[in-house]
Amino acid sequence: MKPFTYERAADAKAAVKAVAENPGAKFLAGGTNLLDLMKLEIETPTHLVDVGRLPFAGIEATDEGGLRIGGAMTNAKLAAHPKVRELYPVLARAILAGASGQLRNKATTAGNLLQRTRCDYFYDTAKPCNKREPGSGCSAIGGPGGYGAIFGASEACIATHTSDMAVALTALDASVETMTPDGGARTIKVEALHRLPGASPQVETDLAAGELITAVVLPPPPAGGQAYAKVRDRASYAHGLAMVAVAGGRVAFGAVAHKPWRAEKAEAALAAGASAAEAASAEVAGADADDRRAHKIALVRRLAAATIEDAGSAR
Amino acid sequence: MTSVRDWAEPNPVTENRGGVIGKGVDRYEGALKVTGTAPYAYDTVAPSPPAIGVLVTATIPRGRVTSVDTAAAEAAPGVQLVWTHLNVPAQAPRGTRANPRSQRASNPALGSDRVEYYGQSVAFVVADTFENARAAAELVKVAYAAEPAVVDFMASFDQATLPPDEEDVHIGDFHGAFAAAPVTIDETYFSPIQNHVQMEPCATIAWWEGDKVTVHTSIQMVKGGQHALAETLAIPSSDVHLLTRYIGGGFGGKGQPYDDLILSALAARALKRPVKVAYTRQQMFHGTIHRPAVDMRVRLGAEPNGRLTAFAVEATTHCARAATFTEHAANFSRNLYAAPNRLTGHRLVRMDLPHAGPMRAPGEAPGMLSLECAMDELAEKLGLDPIELRIRNEPDIDPETGKPFSIRQLVRCMTEGAQRFGWERRNPVPGQVRDGRWMVGMGMAAAIRGNFLLPAKAGVRIDAGGIITLRQGMTDIGTGTYTILAQITAETLGVPLGHVRVEIGDSDFPPAPGSGGQFGAATAGSAAFEAGMNLRRALTELAVGDPNSPLYGGPAEYVTFENGVIAIENRSETLAALVGRAAPDGIYVEGSISPAADARDYSQHTYGAHFAEVGVNQVTGEVRLRKMFGVFAAGRILNAKTAKSQITGGMIWGVGTALTEVNAVDPRFGSFVNQDMAEYLAPVHADIVDLDAMFLDEADDKANPMGIKGVGELGIAGAGAAIANAIYNATGVRLRDYPMTPDKVLAGLMAKGL
Amino acid sequence: MRTTITVNGTARTLDVDPRTTLLDALREHLGLTGSKKGCDHGQCGACTVLVNGVRINSCLSILAMHDGDQVTTIEGLGQPGALHPVQQAFLERDALQCGYCTPGQICSTVGMLQEAADGWASKETADLSAPTALTDAEIRERMSGNICRCSAYPQILAAIRDLAGEVA
Repeated sequence: MKPFTYERAADAKAAVKAVAENPGAKFLAGGTNLLDLMKLEIETPTHLVDVGRLPFAGIEATDEGGLRIGGAMTNAKLAAHPKVRELYPVLARAILAGASGQLRNKATTAGNLLQRTRCDYFYDTAKPCNKREPGSGCSAIGGPGGYGAIFGASEACIATHTSDMAVALTALDASVETMTPDGGARTIKVEALHRLPGASPQVETDLAAGELITAVVLPPPPAGGQAYAKVRDRASYAHGLAMVAVAGGRVAFGAVAHKPWRAEKAEAALAAGASAAEAASAEVAGADADDRRAHKIALVRRLAAATIEDAGSAR
Repeated sequence: MTSVRDWAEPNPVTENRGGVIGKGVDRYEGALKVTGTAPYAYDTVAPSPPAIGVLVTATIPRGRVTSVDTAAAEAAPGVQLVWTHLNVPAQAPRGTRANPRSQRASNPALGSDRVEYYGQSVAFVVADTFENARAAAELVKVAYAAEPAVVDFMASFDQATLPPDEEDVHIGDFHGAFAAAPVTIDETYFSPIQNHVQMEPCATIAWWEGDKVTVHTSIQMVKGGQHALAETLAIPSSDVHLLTRYIGGGFGGKGQPYDDLILSALAARALKRPVKVAYTRQQMFHGTIHRPAVDMRVRLGAEPNGRLTAFAVEATTHCARAATFTEHAANFSRNLYAAPNRLTGHRLVRMDLPHAGPMRAPGEAPGMLSLECAMDELAEKLGLDPIELRIRNEPDIDPETGKPFSIRQLVRCMTEGAQRFGWERRNPVPGQVRDGRWMVGMGMAAAIRGNFLLPAKAGVRIDAGGIITLRQGMTDIGTGTYTILAQITAETLGVPLGHVRVEIGDSDFPPAPGSGGQFGAATAGSAAFEAGMNLRRALTELAVGDPNSPLYGGPAEYVTFENGVIAIENRSETLAALVGRAAPDGIYVEGSISPAADARDYSQHTYGAHFAEVGVNQVTGEVRLRKMFGVFAAGRILNAKTAKSQITGGMIWGVGTALTEVNAVDPRFGSFVNQDMAEYLAPVHADIVDLDAMFLDEADDKANPMGIKGVGELGIAGAGAAIANAIYNATGVRLRDYPMTPDKVLAGLMAKGL
Repeated sequence: MRTTITVNGTARTLDVDPRTTLLDALREHLGLTGSKKGCDHGQCGACTVLVNGVRINSCLSILAMHDGDQVTTIEGLGQPGALHPVQQAFLERDALQCGYCTPGQICSTVGMLQEAADGWASKETADLSAPTALTDAEIRERMSGNICRCSAYPQILAAIRDLAGEVA
């Protein structure tokens, strides 16, 4: 771990200023992903601005009939919140499917969204990785692993975004509220927050340097059922091989792309009266993968069909 | 020399008058472990604050270090030394022994510019703090000249040769019998590289006083570690004091010393202060041994009635060029089922991967994954129940050597297990049972694992207060050694358990071979028993020869020891009174055990049967355990509680073997793809559902004076095959490539149109 | 940098490298070596401690983040001769073998029982609005952040089952 200096931000404005003005600075909230990566020198900030105790850890009702979730709220508290359990069960289920009890007690809403990929080669600093060292190459392509991206991958990167929570938020049409470096605010849809890898997989979101996620806003709960499903090698405490969230007529996939993947073709099919299986097939028809990942397309198709069925979202 | 006949005589342990043997007493060191106060190696408080060492490891599988830039690391804050092969202090050449009786030869760290495997240590940094050492280690820049490396096992079978000093075993005419057999199976099974993933990474703290070094380290073999360090540093082993009191898991992976031991000692000498070194979790995967992959071809030929006529198990495995090791995956099959015509053997590919070595039940663990599935496949072909097929091939004598079995309760394990598990609920037609999206099935497998007794010593002392202390250069890697040594000592000397202290894990103590091969309890325990018997004799002499003892002049053969009291009929006194008066400095005696001259006249094993019920998610191919039960026969059980923990732990390793555990090799780099605990998937709590086990009553009087056998490795033998067979019963999909991950299962389901 | 935390009821002020994790601060600076380093990356649970009563992986926190926090480690729960009920249950059920994951398992159990008492759901909870019942499946899922390579899971389950009634 490279040496760094640490400060606890007095307020959000000061935090944003401190990070915006210092190219080596990063926000620190729960630390469960950042410190993990810093120990491996995958992340090498020279200054940490701790935003974990800023007053963004609560949850409140919005005028629109939704919820505003503080960026610093822990995943555990969010999943435990009675309103979330009652009105947004897909979100509670997604969070509870991820990580462990200990990690969920520390990880925050904003940090969860901004967690970096679990690609083995991203984590192995002895191997080329365009995300870690732009221009060095992608070791995952041509490697023995079978669980890279099947949507929107590029020749530079086939890593996937492995957040469970973000998949549910995408299905729920949630937005993030940020404080921008100039002290202003803006709102970004969760589905538009992350980028596809293209030629610059090291750039993962559209956030500016120093831009701080202060809240996630849920619109009123959608009409219709909700369901979440995650496939993994062991029964718990493992990253997903594939995830599917369904909220009414909206469908999102996880661990299939560089970002939480909104399954718009599946949604369109459902809106047109397709069956769950037809909707799932419509989405994966657009999937692209080499031989090693071919099985993943089938897995996602089957999982999506079953989850749409569970949510009761098909005719 | 001892004969097994001598062991058949009744003795305090087999008579168990105090009732301590077999009782499920709490773990001796349990209170320390549940309070976090048991000091593991890295927890040890040194005489002065230690400096911290961190390893830098190779990123090529084979070649040469051409240059190392250490300037930045040396200039980094707090750094006290940076070593590479160019400036590491002199060590004895690799493989040499100044003392021919050393159990291990010199094994220098950073010994040359050669890189023999990915993850080999190539530099070493010591700093004042862990934070500074870790950061400085990242600043060491190593340049390599890579050389072609053989790292792809499946692509290297053409390089396979017979292992050293080994021939295939042919009995009868396998090929002829197989060709003539009316029903045959010819299938190949694959078990991948697996990793021990002990919770405690390897660690050592070392300090010197004059010419003597003290090391607290995490190692399963006390003498092996002591000798390796002495030989490497070219000092007498009497100058090495090695302690390993608490070990955070071993499973075979800590049967040998690693660079933490050597480099901490060297650095502590150079810096004249204590130094401690721990492997990172990532470094453990490449830097310590793994279980090698095994490709196993099984051919079975049978009569329609199920009797095997032709039997072949051939295993191809791999090891590192510089560290010969053979995973003897076919050995177990030589003692399991009757068949007149047999072929078993091994092939070995020498590769440029990290070192292969023993991991819990080496041989049986991967080996049984093949035959125990093949028997299931054969049973189905014959229309027989898998248990019935095994019973029809139950041998009366060892099928290969013709020797009598010391005792063999395999059939009882299967029949008892079938009844307790509810095997009759199994539908023999696969793919018939549903529970929502889950396809449900059951499978079983037999278990066999050899039993061993090695030479060992123990010392036992009674003090003036009547407290008895057993001392032995033995280890407890979580196996319950402390506890069973206390029980044996208490029962042998007829004292309450609370009067016994156990001190192990110290090279100053009488040597025992350590923990491994499930020989620990029998070996160390028998030596403790013999030491206890010698102390009984000494106490008897003391009492009957002491005019102040009520037992004075009494007949020695009538002396009894019970509840801390020595007596001849109604003449008695407490041991504390006797020793306090007649030997106030206490009495210390030693005892030893060695294999009986005629022990090898018997085929001696532990046995078991596994029963598993799994659910297979028809949508995703995920497999989840629903129930598992095992019945085992492993001699007299010393402690019902710790023995059961050992055996269920082994079964759970079998679940991991079947479903999740694999170190995939990336042949482009010669390294493992997964090298942390988020990606190497040892089972978590949620994976283990309704899992239980029981032991049959047994005493094996050919094993040792106490009739006990090992339980540490038996539980994994065959367990994974029971899971694989259950997956088949659930789905009709027969997988032969472990682990049976969702991608493989789903491909099978889809191929069947599911 | 200077940080003050209350550890097992005693305020402690440390002036350490900002890189120092909570785990290393406890182990290397406060001599509390009961919390173990199994992976140093939040992948095993051996370092689990309670911060303000909540279980976390102490390896994935730096000390500086915890200024003013109340930290309870395994040493603060009980000592030999005066065991905490969870420690006692683990001992009696033989819910440990090598013992290296055990302090983390026990701290995690204490935190988990409180989470259940607070009505938190888990992946295994069928009805998210129903009161929490600590079934075997619930216990297994909630304890899955603590890997035990010796695989004492059946015994750990038995120990927690003993406790679930009285503590929760």
